[in-house]
Amino acid sequence: MPDWMTDLSVWLRVGEILLGAMVILLPLLAVVAYYTYAERKIVGFIQMRLGPSRVGPRGLFQPIADVLKLLTKEVVLPAQASRGLFLLAPLAALVPALGAWAVVPFDDGLWLANIDAGLLYVLALTSLGAYGIIIAGWASNSKYALLGAMRQAAQVVSYEIAMGFALVGVLMLSGSLNLAAIVQAQSGGILDWFFLPLLPLLLVYLVSGVAETNRLPFDVVEGESELVAGFHVEYSGSAFAVFFLAEYSAMILISALTATLFFGGWLSPLEGTQIAQAVPVLDSGIHWWLLKTAFFMFCFLWFRGTFPRYRYDQIMRLGWKVFIPVTLIWIFVLGAARYAGFTG
Amino acid sequence: MRWLNSFLYLLRSLSLWDLFRGLRLTARRLFSRKITLRYPDEKTPKSPRFRGLHALRRYPNGEERCIACKLCEAVCPALAITIESEERADGSRRTTRYDIDLFKCVYCGFCEEACPTDAVVETDILEFHFERRGDQIMTKEDLLAVGDRYEEQIAEHRKKDARFR
Repeated sequence: MPDWMTDLSVWLRVGEILLGAMVILLPLLAVVAYYTYAERKIVGFIQMRLGPSRVGPRGLFQPIADVLKLLTKEVVLPAQASRGLFLLAPLAALVPALGAWAVVPFDDGLWLANIDAGLLYVLALTSLGAYGIIIAGWASNSKYALLGAMRQAAQVVSYEIAMGFALVGVLMLSGSLNLAAIVQAQSGGILDWFFLPLLPLLLVYLVSGVAETNRLPFDVVEGESELVAGFHVEYSGSAFAVFFLAEYSAMILISALTATLFFGGWLSPLEGTQIAQAVPVLDSGIHWWLLKTAFFMFCFLWFRGTFPRYRYDQIMRLGWKVFIPVTLIWIFVLGAARYAGFTG
Repeated sequence: MRWLNSFLYLLRSLSLWDLFRGLRLTARRLFSRKITLRYPDEKTPKSPRFRGLHALRRYPNGEERCIACKLCEAVCPALAITIESEERADGSRRTTRYDIDLFKCVYCGFCEEACPTDAVVETDILEFHFERRGDQIMTKEDLLAVGDRYEEQIAEHRKKDARFR
């Protein structure tokens, strides 16, 4: 037996990490459940409807009923499907969406892992989620699912580059790949957050983030009116629930990252002022992170309620002919500004 | 001027002007009054002319109004009404059979319009169902029962609409 296996401290550390993962993931699952409720309510309100209002007071138990329904339903395996890949695909979508949470800094010192290449890790994992969808579309052996997967592949190559470039801007200003360090580089109040100098990149990142999670208006992968349900037509019951979970936790993740990278994470907008020192609630803390994340989560639903679906060649046009030039130009501008002596 | 127009277009699209206008619209809707009706608890008001479940009426003295003229049967575009009649002991003509097949019926209200004695009417009852095959054929007894039960309401609705008939 190798030395480390008998070393108690190693196992303690493993237990600590598992515990930390639980502390992050369990609330995340609850948030996902109620995010679906919020989605139905908000989209309903936008359409002058009430949304779910029957199960429990104001429909508050609706997500619980939905979860129970999904979990008790049968998982149908299509006869012609590729069994292994078919069952692997939901996990391939879920694992990256959950795994990226490891490096998200919730508050000063409150994170599961403070790795130096955090930004790269996050970029890599959020991109990996697309494979789950492509695998699902391929393994289902259904024409609609395959079309969905094909669109996903086309979509990924269009926005992923721009998304990476948008993060390069963050990197240039903060000088670090470490998410906590990026937040710290934004300290000094609302005017020091990166969203001001990086406004075009923020927009590119946010739109790419919506595309990344396959949310409206970029949900060509699912496209109910065109592809029935796209990549997950053949999925039912808990296998479908896993896709659902992956999509929603990815949405929350993108919101959290937008808050972290461009809006100063846990930092208070009034940081350093006398008001913030007098009233502790207004000072930096996890509640600011929660507030900012919640706002971007709301934005996802707001966009869904507002914009019609892009045609998929339009998405590619947007990615290649708008986003990439915009990010390239802005990165050049940033570089020139830094060279000239401006510091972000 | 063309370059100016294309420059303005570029500015407009890059500033996401139209998108923000859309977002503003939906944000307003978010707080506007909702038009949802929580159906079994709340219901929309119905016109007295509403055409729902059929009924056969009686005169206040208990005599049935229908004189078996079969105008309703003749006018029915869906052929949903079947009538058989014979002479009663007192010499008056009355139906022995008056069936309306509610699956055939299109609720057009022609039977009601054709009726010279206001015997067959459509009530404003819209929530009814059948639990066995065959139940959808309302017999004379069924129709008279509906009429007896809702006579007050039926009479009131006819009265309200009398001006227009």
